[in-house]
Amino acid sequence: MTILIWLIPISLFLGLAGLGAFWWTLRHSQYDDPSGDAERILLPDWDDQPKP
Amino acid sequence: MTNATPMGVMACPACVAVPLALAVAQNPAPARLILSLPNAHCAACIGQIEAGLLAVPGVRSARVNLTMRRARIDAAADVTADQLVSVLARLGHEAHELDATALALTDTDHQGRDLLMRLAVAGFAMMNVMLLSVAVWSGAGEGLRGMFHWISASIALPTVAFSGQPFFRSAWASLRAGRVGMDVPISVAILLATAISVSETIQGGQYAWFDAAVTLTFFLLAGRYLDHRTRAVARSAAAVLTALEVPRALLIGSAGMQSVAVASLVAGDLILVRPGGRMPVDGVVTQGQSEIDRAILTGEATPVFAGPGSVVSAGETNLTGPLTLRVTHAGVDSSLHRMADLVAVAEAARGRYTALADRAAQIYVPVVHILSFGAFAFWLALTHDARLAINIAAAVLIITCPCALGLAVPAVVTAASGQLFQRGLLIKNGTALERLAATDIVVFDKTGTLTQGVPNVMDLSLMQRPVLAIALTLAEGSLHPLAQSLAAAIHDLGVPPAAVIAITETPGAGIAGMWQGTRVRLGRAEWVGATAVDMTATYLKIGDSPPIAFHFTDRLRPGAAKAVAGLRALGLRVMLMSGDADAPVQALAGRIGITDYAAQVSPLDKSARIAALRAAGHKVLMIGDGLNDTAALAAAHVSIAPASALDAARAASDIVLLGIDLEPVVEAVRIARLSVRRMRQNFAISVAYNLIAVPFALLGFATPLMSAIAMSASSITVSLNAMRMKR
Repeated sequence: MTILIWLIPISLFLGLAGLGAFWWTLRHSQYDDPSGDAERILLPDWDDQPKP
Repeated sequence: MTNATPMGVMACPACVAVPLALAVAQNPAPARLILSLPNAHCAACIGQIEAGLLAVPGVRSARVNLTMRRARIDAAADVTADQLVSVLARLGHEAHELDATALALTDTDHQGRDLLMRLAVAGFAMMNVMLLSVAVWSGAGEGLRGMFHWISASIALPTVAFSGQPFFRSAWASLRAGRVGMDVPISVAILLATAISVSETIQGGQYAWFDAAVTLTFFLLAGRYLDHRTRAVARSAAAVLTALEVPRALLIGSAGMQSVAVASLVAGDLILVRPGGRMPVDGVVTQGQSEIDRAILTGEATPVFAGPGSVVSAGETNLTGPLTLRVTHAGVDSSLHRMADLVAVAEAARGRYTALADRAAQIYVPVVHILSFGAFAFWLALTHDARLAINIAAAVLIITCPCALGLAVPAVVTAASGQLFQRGLLIKNGTALERLAATDIVVFDKTGTLTQGVPNVMDLSLMQRPVLAIALTLAEGSLHPLAQSLAAAIHDLGVPPAAVIAITETPGAGIAGMWQGTRVRLGRAEWVGATAVDMTATYLKIGDSPPIAFHFTDRLRPGAAKAVAGLRALGLRVMLMSGDADAPVQALAGRIGITDYAAQVSPLDKSARIAALRAAGHKVLMIGDGLNDTAALAAAHVSIAPASALDAARAASDIVLLGIDLEPVVEAVRIARLSVRRMRQNFAISVAYNLIAVPFALLGFATPLMSAIAMSASSITVSLNAMRMKR
């Protein structure tokens, strides 16, 4: 059962990484225009925006 | 009339230099414009619109938001919205300017983001604590159990402290106001579950409820977020409707004509109202002659004459000639605003309606607290073991905690309002669906609601062709709505225009000309010397022969007859109340099959009649658009206004109909009834889970595993039941 010493921190770290990623997307306005972003992927020109 | 307004669309940008200097002096900050794009829908549109806007000199950045159907533009101060709208019109995209200040409040949804973040943290904690709990439930040894409880505690404590805040805050607020809302038992259950678990963990006990505390927080936050999002969407769409009318007026000042904000007008100012424009303020006509359309204020479909000395009110439409007004009441003093105040009073009265969820909470909260306290007292008396008694009391609170109740209403409302939005109906009020489901009488307004306020000429086939030919030539010379409708109708019959020369229009009276040496006139009854009939009509007089009358009916709104028939089929009584004269109301009622109608009803009378119906125990749905309906809209149990209505009427109503078609109203009633049925089912489901689980908890057999299963299962069943709205 000593494996738990490793496994529990690893699983917690992975969960926290996911939470951090979600927090980052939220901070960068990635949910402001979901349907626009879905269409923009079809445009040929380079688009690096979501503006604050 | 001059064209020296800074708002005009100019052919070359350099020509605008002089008037724009004026605009810049007033507003030196770089322009931040927001355009509404109702028809944008695809990737190609985004590319075209953004490229088109960026090609305009002075535009620094343009970004289309397809979800909100808006474009946000950063530009130099000399770029006007009109300029951009015309650029987009050339590209084939409809666009309207939106009032940026009106939208500023709804632009970034900080509260929504905040809730979402708390929800994400609770979700993360729920998954991890649940995983650890599975090990405990499946029979971990004593040392391992202790360790897992400690790890769970270290995850759950910060989560409860962070994610539970919305509940704690609202519970505290309601306690301070002396009420016990739904949030009080929620907060008590979360806090008690956490506290008991911590003390059990310290004492090395068998059961810890960390997973229950965190799961509870997660599911309830999900309900809270759904609720918030529904309201945010409605609020932002309502803000768009308000922002669509950027209120401007043409002020005749010492420096010539100037376009100014209506809010800056004061009594005594002179303003010009062009034909087709709406009166921005109350005033007295000082110059010019015209006809004005007062349908939106009084419901009468026939335009009335206005000349020097006539008193006009904000909201009326100027039809034929330019009018100069001296402002008598502006802004908060104008009749429009006085009506808006009346509405606020009536709305406060309606605010007493208790939502289904609140009524459920009123029964539920005392029962839960009595059960839990009773269990504590009983077990304490029986065993004299305070730890056991508290554990059982906490188990009762956790198991009965309204996880499913918190989701029961928001999930249904979200599903239903999404459906209605697709059909062009905007729910402004959270309880509107419940109230709509309860209605048994529908009261329609006529002008502007069942009809479009556009005249349609009758019985042309009985007229002689030469007469029609003269009428066509004369009517083509005017912008008056009656003349334009007449010209279009005659044109459709294939009659060529007659040769009429020397055509002159007298604003507010009619058009005259010479036909083969005879004087011909088309216009108002008094002007051509005819006796007026009790209907909307225009009169043609050829030389000295008796005048010929062209009668008009209002064009029906599409789907009006179907809406009436559909509402009947749902078992509702349909009535018509109009401020218009008897004859047109009777004619319209006959055309769409309403037998129950009243004409010449004054605005006060309308709301009094509705109040009488209410007093007789009926639940009235009022559908209207005019200022004369505003009080009635606010007095009714629930109300719907079309998007073309005055903003006062839209503000007074619970649901706004975005399209022209009236038929979705039937669908709205059907969906409202369906969603109330779903809400009741959801309440029944969560009560059923409680009925099974509570006896176990009371007898002391409840385990954390049981509560986890009951909680998740009931929440998921309730959400799935709500999803069934989407057929």
